[in-house]
Amino acid sequence: MEHLEYRFDGGRPATAGSAARIVGVVASGNLEVLIEPVPGDPACSIAIDTAAKGFGEIWQAVMADFFARHRLAGIRVSINDAGATPAIVALRLDQAIEEFTRKR
Amino acid sequence: MNAPMALPRVWNQRAQGRVRRLERVSARLGPRLAGKVVEADAVVALLEELIEPGDRVCIEGNNQKQADFLARALTSVDVARVHDLHIVQSVLALPEHLDVFERGIASRLDFSFSGPQSGRLAKLAGSGRLSIGAIHTYLELFGRYFIDLTPDVALVAAQAADRHGNLYTGPNTEDTPVIAEATAFKSGLVVAQVNELVDELPRIDIPSDWVGFVVRSPAPHYIEPLFTRDPAKISEIQVLMAMMAIKGIYAPYGVERLNHGIGFDTAAIELLLPTYAESLGLRGKICRHWALNPHPTLIPAIEAGFVESIHSFGSELGMEEYMRARPDVFFTGPDGSMRSNRAFCQTAGHYACDMFIGSTLQIDLCGNSSTATLGRIAGFGGAPNMGSDARGRRHATPAWLAAGREAHRGDRAPPRGRKLVVQMVETFREHMAPAFVERLDAWELAESANMALPPIMIYGSDVTHILTEEGIANLLLCRDDEEIEQAIRGIAGYTAVGLARDRRVVENLRDRGVIRRAEDLGIDKRDATRDLLAARSIKDLVRASGGLYQPPKRFRSW
Repeated sequence: MEHLEYRFDGGRPATAGSAARIVGVVASGNLEVLIEPVPGDPACSIAIDTAAKGFGEIWQAVMADFFARHRLAGIRVSINDAGATPAIVALRLDQAIEEFTRKR
Repeated sequence: MNAPMALPRVWNQRAQGRVRRLERVSARLGPRLAGKVVEADAVVALLEELIEPGDRVCIEGNNQKQADFLARALTSVDVARVHDLHIVQSVLALPEHLDVFERGIASRLDFSFSGPQSGRLAKLAGSGRLSIGAIHTYLELFGRYFIDLTPDVALVAAQAADRHGNLYTGPNTEDTPVIAEATAFKSGLVVAQVNELVDELPRIDIPSDWVGFVVRSPAPHYIEPLFTRDPAKISEIQVLMAMMAIKGIYAPYGVERLNHGIGFDTAAIELLLPTYAESLGLRGKICRHWALNPHPTLIPAIEAGFVESIHSFGSELGMEEYMRARPDVFFTGPDGSMRSNRAFCQTAGHYACDMFIGSTLQIDLCGNSSTATLGRIAGFGGAPNMGSDARGRRHATPAWLAAGREAHRGDRAPPRGRKLVVQMVETFREHMAPAFVERLDAWELAESANMALPPIMIYGSDVTHILTEEGIANLLLCRDDEEIEQAIRGIAGYTAVGLARDRRVVENLRDRGVIRRAEDLGIDKRDATRDLLAARSIKDLVRASGGLYQPPKRFRSW
C-alpha cells in the first residue's frame, strides 16, 4: 500500500450545495473515487491509497491533468485504488465530477 | 585410356525411396495394415519404418487442431532408428512437439508460432538441443514447403477417412491441404490420424491418392478454441477505443474488406457494429467482407446485416452449426459444413483486405511492434502477412486509395494505394506494463538467441495508425522520423515514453490532424459504457445466434 497526497490551487469554487458522491468499485484493476465538498478551501485536495507501489510520478501527472480539465476548488477527492490503469483512473474521476456537479 | 564410365543419373530417387519405405512398412506391420488403414497400436512401428534419419517431418500442429496422437507416437520411436529429424511445422502447441527434440529424435526446426511452448522452446534452443532455421509467417513457411523445405513425411489430422484414404476435415481444414499437397507431390508420405473411419464421407477435403496411411486415433484430435472472447471481460476503455476505431478509422476510410486480430480490443469493435456503428449510419458502408476466423463475437454484426462474407483460416469450436445455417456468409461445402484454409485465407488477408487491425505487447518510437519478450520465442503466426502493406497489390478500392493518398512518397511517384495497418493497444497492459518502450525486448532476445533478425511482428514502416485510449496517431501524415516519434509519444499517455513528449510539437501534430483525441472525434469518454456492447456475455452470443452457437463448456457459466 502507498499513500499519496496532492493539492492544486487556482480553481474556481465548486457549486455550493453539492453533496458527496462516490463512483467505481474496489475490485482488481478498478478503483473507488469519493468527492466531498469542502466549502471555503481554496484548493482541490486529493488523497490516494493505492495497492501498487512506486507509481508516484504517474499519479502526479494523472492528477495534474485531472485538475487542468475541471479546475475546481473546495473539494476533497479520495481514491481507493486496486491497481487501475491511468485510463481507468481518469475515467472514474471524470465520472465522479460529473455526478458531483450535476444539478438536482 | 580408361575414361571413367559416367553413371546414368537416376531421376526418381525420391519415388524409389517412397517405394522402399512402403515396403518396409508393409513387411513390419503385416496384418496390422489393411490397405491404407493402420491399426492404432501399430502406429509407432509405422513411423519407425516410414521415417528415415535426417528426414524433414511436418507434424500438423497448427493454430487450432492438432495431430496429437501422431505427435505422441513420434516421441516413442526408437532413437537409434529415427533421429536428426528436421521439423517443419507451423505451430508448436503441444509438449510433444518439443519432446522430440529433448529425446534426440529431432534436431532442427523451422516454424511459425510456438504460443504456449515459447518458454520451453527458448530453453531448448539455449541449451543447444535444437537449432532454429528461421521463424516464419504462415505464408512464408507454406511457401518454403514448395521450395526448399518440402516435407518427406507429414503427420496430419482429419475428422474422418474412408477405407480408400480419402479425408474429411470438417470445418477445421486449416493447414491440411497445403501440407498434404507439398508432401504428396514430391514423393513424400502423408499419414492421417482420424476421429472415425466411415463408409461414406460427407465430402472429400483431401483425395486418397495424396494419403499414404490412415489411423483411427483412440481419442478425437485436440482443438483449441483460440478465438472465443467472453464479452463479459471487455472493459469500458476497450469500448472507448472501439468507438474511436469505428469513428476515427473505419468510417472516414470506408473500410469494407478487413481482417481483425485476436483479442478483446477487436472483439469490442465487433460488438459495437450493430450498436454504435449502426447509430453512425455505417451499415453497408464498412466491415462487409472479412478474412477472419469465425469469431463468436461477430455473431451480432452478422445477424444485424453488417457482414456479407467471411473466409476463415480455421474454424472455432461451437460455431459449426451456426455457420452451417449461414452459408451465404461462410464458405461451406455441398455437405453444408464450413471449409477453412489457412494458406488461402492468409493470401486473402494479405492481398484482398484493405485493413488489418490488431493488438500487440510492445511498440517502439518508430512504430515497430513485437510480442516477443525475454525468455520466450513465441514466433509470428499470420499477423505479419496481414499487417503489412501488400506491395504487389494492383487492384484499387476506395479505402486503399484514400490511405495511399495520405502516404507521402514524393512528387514523382505514380498513384498507389496503401493497406491500413492499425495497431490498437492500451497504453498500459495489466500490472502497469507499458505498451510503449524506447527499445523492444525483441532486440535483446535476438542477441541472446543469436538470431539474424530481431523478431519484430509488424514493422513501423508498414503501420499506418496507432490507436490508444489517448488518441489515434496517423503515421501516414508524418513527414519525418521525428514527427513519427512525437506522434507516438503523443498517444502514449502516462507511460515514460508518453510523459517525455514535446508538448508543443504534440499540440501542433494535433492541430494538423496527425493526432486525434476522443474529443477531436466528437466522442465523449463518459459515453463509453458496456451498455454499447451488442452482447455482454457468452449467453448473449448464444441468444443472438438463435441457439445455433454452442460454446465450449469452459465458456459457459450457466
